[in-house]
Amino acid sequence: MSFRLERRTETSAALQIGAPLIASALTLLSGFLMFAALGKDPVHAMRVFFLFPLKDLYGVSELLLKAAPLMLIAIGLAVGFRANVWNIGAEGQYIAGAIAASGAALALDRTLDSTILLPLLALAGMAGGMAWAAIPAALRTRFNANEILVSLMLVYVAELLVSWLVHGPWRDPDGFNFPQTRMFDDAALLPAMIEGTRLTHVFAIALVALAAGHLLMQRSFIGFQLRVAGQAPAAARYAGFSASRTVWIGMLAGGAMAGLAGMAEVAGAMGQLTPKVGVGYGFAAIIVAFVGRLHAFGIFLASLLMALMVLGGEQSQQYLALPSSVAKVFQGMLLFYLLGTDLFTQYRLVKVRRDGSGEHI
Amino acid sequence: MSPRLELRAISKRWPSVVANDAVSLEVMPGEIHALLGENGAGKSTLMKILYGVIQADAGEIIWEGRPVRVTSPAEARRLGIGMVFQHFSLFETLTVVENIALGLGDGSALDELSQRITAVSERYGLPIDPRRIVHALSVGERQRVEIVRCLLQKPRLLIMDEPTSVLSPQAIESLFDTLRTIAAEGCSVLYISHKLDEIRALCHRATVLRAGKVSARCTPSEETHESLARMMIGGDLPAVTRRVAPEDSAVRLELSALSMPPEDPFGTALHDIRLQVRSGEIVGIAGVSGNGQQELIELLSGERLAANADAILIEQKPAGHLGVSRRRALGLATIVEERLGRGAVPALSLVDNALLTARDTMLRGAFIDRRALGAFARQCITRFAVRCRNEHAPARSLSGGNLQRFIVGREILQNPRVLVVAQPTWGVDVGAAAFIRQSLIDLRDAGCAILVVSEDLDELFEVSDRIAVLAGGRLSQAYPAADLDAGKIGVMMGAAARGAANPISREDSHVV
Repeated sequence: MSFRLERRTETSAALQIGAPLIASALTLLSGFLMFAALGKDPVHAMRVFFLFPLKDLYGVSELLLKAAPLMLIAIGLAVGFRANVWNIGAEGQYIAGAIAASGAALALDRTLDSTILLPLLALAGMAGGMAWAAIPAALRTRFNANEILVSLMLVYVAELLVSWLVHGPWRDPDGFNFPQTRMFDDAALLPAMIEGTRLTHVFAIALVALAAGHLLMQRSFIGFQLRVAGQAPAAARYAGFSASRTVWIGMLAGGAMAGLAGMAEVAGAMGQLTPKVGVGYGFAAIIVAFVGRLHAFGIFLASLLMALMVLGGEQSQQYLALPSSVAKVFQGMLLFYLLGTDLFTQYRLVKVRRDGSGEHI
Repeated sequence: MSPRLELRAISKRWPSVVANDAVSLEVMPGEIHALLGENGAGKSTLMKILYGVIQADAGEIIWEGRPVRVTSPAEARRLGIGMVFQHFSLFETLTVVENIALGLGDGSALDELSQRITAVSERYGLPIDPRRIVHALSVGERQRVEIVRCLLQKPRLLIMDEPTSVLSPQAIESLFDTLRTIAAEGCSVLYISHKLDEIRALCHRATVLRAGKVSARCTPSEETHESLARMMIGGDLPAVTRRVAPEDSAVRLELSALSMPPEDPFGTALHDIRLQVRSGEIVGIAGVSGNGQQELIELLSGERLAANADAILIEQKPAGHLGVSRRRALGLATIVEERLGRGAVPALSLVDNALLTARDTMLRGAFIDRRALGAFARQCITRFAVRCRNEHAPARSLSGGNLQRFIVGREILQNPRVLVVAQPTWGVDVGAAAFIRQSLIDLRDAGCAILVVSEDLDELFEVSDRIAVLAGGRLSQAYPAADLDAGKIGVMMGAAARGAANPISREDSHVV
């Protein structure tokens, strides 16, 4: 007896909402089994992983601090992903944004007031991210170069660029030769959103970005054009929607948001530019965008979940003597199960009888 | 004499529809048997079951007196069943003999195979040069390659699926001669079609399918056009009413010296297209697909731009360099052949699909006015009698005819001054086809200038005031439809294809 997949005539609406929930449940179940197999008490381990990070206000603020850049980058990427513009290099655009904002901060933080400087830094960050995203966009529209490869490879270029800057021209002269810039002055730092925590106003900015992204994708004509371009390129052509404009909008939206997240990182918790600026937000945001169904509210929830997993990884290191890459295992499982369950919103499993005809199950 | 093939109570059920419901059919040796039915009646499903592409849920296939199980097309060919599909499966970059060698897969030498091809093609009147590369062949020639490929396997039953939809009138005549020769030698032919005149001219007996069931069996030569139509659609053919077009009205669409090199190596170049379409007239463009139809539609809609802005005038304004949206602003609307994926986005709702082209009043700044858009979609559904769950149903859930009603409605409700339509009723049921043609005529009477590009000559004669022929990328002069018939159009195809100004003798014309 064998099985085959048969396309559903209409997508199952119940499964479309249910798939992320089922995927989350399966992830938890697998995590439970994994902890048990590692010889840990699974109930305790799950509590450490998922509940310890939230036990006080500081924990919650750390969670939001980690979730905010994911929200920013993911909502930007979702705009492109909906149009089948595959920007995989948000990590590079994030670093480029951090570099641009750092350059502006180093040049201006002793001359300008924070009310003027911070918006300038945000613009610089967005411009940096957009400039980095413009490279694959230009190559795609001009020469039909694959934006997946180009944007991904530019991540490594950005990493090398930041490394060169902090080892060379931007190195802090009083920094004992550590590869990092000097700390920015207070004027270039985002104020704390909750006193006594590291959470800055980046979270508020992320919420605004989510709302704006929602409006753009669901209510605006541009969002509609992007959706058509993503689902039926021939129909977009027939309707007169420009294919190259779609690529530009999709790439630049992702670049701008990633660059803004990069700015918020250097002007927030770090307060300087170091080679460690790229911590993988740009890649994690791809998972967030898909787990969140390329939808603003879904991205909000998925960002929180992903951030929780990162913190949970740190907690397991501390309390369970497990490597923090446990978090990566959870992220991987979540994406795996989501893609798996997703398949069944479009297809159903059919049992194949010996004579070749199918029977629905 | 026992039947060559018997199908007994074949049933096939898809998730949403019963495609075949206890269908039985009998074909004698040497008989040309018609399987007649509308689009969606279940003809193709039945033939795919017989050819082993899909399996029936119930029923029996009796082949030359014994029950068989056809599990694959290879098995069908081994039994002696050959099939020529509506869409050919040939490799464009290979020669005729290479294509046939691939299909036969028996490892015979190409030289020897070429001789066999030539022998078969001479015997059955299917002139074909085995050494030519397929992409240089016309559609009619490609069909001959497919038929020769079948005949080389000495089939005892040949299935022809809608073979004439791609052929010129003369090519159809020569195909019929070939099929009669094949049948006279004892091979049975199963001829699938919804064209009543062809079936009356060619077929000995007919089995009529309607909504998956056998609705009648008859001898076509004893039936009239109308009686066959009643068997097929369960009622009378809907009639289209029309008035005479006004003369000397304003020219709304003018093409002059419109040329275009092909976009890809296998595309068709357009040469010096000249045409005027006036307010209140329908001009039909006849011809077989692949002769520049696709290219012409894209040039007119604005998906491709003309080299010269003055080559296309819409309402006297140069439009050759304008994109789709700006041409629409001048009053042009286009309806393309591919409904799903081009004319409509399959997964989006009808409301969203309305926004694809109807957007002038649906936008408030950068945002979509959902209320206005919903009202527009509902109006379109009501006025054009679109059968659907509601306006939020995804486009792909509609039948071909209903989706086409919606698309035609969407364009007509925007009051275009110039309408360009490709294959308006292709794959659409008879009722929807008549409705759509009537809608076009009503729009014409309201003063719109309409250009209809179609392969269906009956349709063109039904709606057009003037008809021109597009062949080989060249457009003939447009003549009043009343002065033309199918034969003359066939001659025009041959002449246009060779770029000749004067129509030529009938012998050459099936090269098209």
